[in-house]
Amino acid sequence: MALQSLDIKQRSATTTPSPQARQTVEIAKLIDVSACIGCKACQVACMEWNDVRDEVGSCAGVYDNPMDLTENSWTVMRYSEVEQNGKLEWLIRKDGCMHCTDPGCLKACPAPGAIIQYSNGIVDFHQENCIGCGYCVTGCPFNVPRISKKDNKAYKCTLCSDRVAVNQAPACAKACPTGAIQFGSKEDMKDYAATRVADLKERGYDKAGLYDPQGVGGTHVMYVLHHADKPALYSNLPENPGVSPMVSLWKGAAKPIAAAALGLVALSSLFHYVMKGPNEVSKEIEKEVEKEDAQ
Amino acid sequence: MIRDPKDLQRYTASERANHWLVGICFILLALSGLAFFHPAFYPLVQLFGGGTWARVLHPFIGVLMAAAFVVMFFRFRALNVMTDADREWLSRVREMVDGNDHNMPEQGKYNGGQKMLFWLLALCMLVLMVSGLFMWRAQFSFPVDLVRLASLAHAVAGVVIIALIIVHIYAAIWTKGTVRAMWYGTVTRAWAKQHHRAWYRQMTGK
Repeated sequence: MALQSLDIKQRSATTTPSPQARQTVEIAKLIDVSACIGCKACQVACMEWNDVRDEVGSCAGVYDNPMDLTENSWTVMRYSEVEQNGKLEWLIRKDGCMHCTDPGCLKACPAPGAIIQYSNGIVDFHQENCIGCGYCVTGCPFNVPRISKKDNKAYKCTLCSDRVAVNQAPACAKACPTGAIQFGSKEDMKDYAATRVADLKERGYDKAGLYDPQGVGGTHVMYVLHHADKPALYSNLPENPGVSPMVSLWKGAAKPIAAAALGLVALSSLFHYVMKGPNEVSKEIEKEVEKEDAQ
Repeated sequence: MIRDPKDLQRYTASERANHWLVGICFILLALSGLAFFHPAFYPLVQLFGGGTWARVLHPFIGVLMAAAFVVMFFRFRALNVMTDADREWLSRVREMVDGNDHNMPEQGKYNGGQKMLFWLLALCMLVLMVSGLFMWRAQFSFPVDLVRLASLAHAVAGVVIIALIIVHIYAAIWTKGTVRAMWYGTVTRAWAKQHHRAWYRQMTGK
């Protein structure tokens, strides 16, 4: 059940409109990559608030730990060392759900109410309705949802929908010691990002910018990037993310076309029978066979 | 119990069992598959014990159907080779559908329409089997672009095969005296003479 202060905008596998009388303020989390020191306080805060614990893994020789998102690690820091303008740069990106305005996971999900988009922009998984098919993984342009091996349910960042519902900032934003994670209305976050981008530009990052990809209608987790022209530098952040055309076709036009086509075939069969009658063995041939028998 | 010993044996017991196994699997797969495809059909998951059970069972039933279908394919493949007579039959299919089979060329055990159905079903099954494996997240993990393509292909092939089976079942209902061949294997000689005259000659020597 959705918290009442989080009105529903969209519900997976539901063809009728959701209640829309109220419109809550659109929120966003802004991750300023240029201010991130890679301390992982956000990762710790996430597991603490949401009470999920990943298995203790082993060191892979890099700072990334765990190495990837899992059903218990809804956010991970991704560290990449790149050379830009003849200098070594250490780019650290906090990865996790982007809370797209046009969410591919929700589009692909076949289970009614397993994925909810609140009118504030948060995209949330309701595991009690999840059937574990993994279509959300197929639909996501950012490779975020993870299916648990234990219970076969999909998990990802909730943007702390439970905290946001009672006017609290997400746990990660609360824990960030450098202010690299900001939280507020999407409008405010864009304004704040503009000041950060201006500052970065002043300091020589003339390609600095805001990552709020329009291919998915904008996101409710945005990044300030020093190299906004090359998002791939940041551990393969996609340049122009969008719901794959194959997913759009599969869970878009194909549905009504297929349903209509099947209905048409079934009804044509019925009406063919009604209008043309059955294809019986002719009396003539039956008599011929009887005659042969008599001989 | 054969009431009329002169009836013609069209299918052996094991062919019939094979066909029923494929048929039952198909019905279960179509019902659960439609549920995952379109929200309008989602309530069908209740037939399987809920959404999660439908998701768990669908691929296993698919494997069973694939295995049973492959056996059936090799059983009937030789009988479904297209001939010139079949092509002529197909070119006149409009007359047939119109209910006038007087000018239709003589057909063997299967007519051109049945043969075309056979090969289309085989093609759909091939696509469904391969794409289904790519989509089976509980067992496998493939690159996401491949899974996306597989999901689309699975849906298209699924819809086509359901449409083909509706036609297949309707043709059996429409053509009186056919369904019994699926139940107990025999057809009357008159039925054979009317619908599959070349096969009738072959079976009776007339």
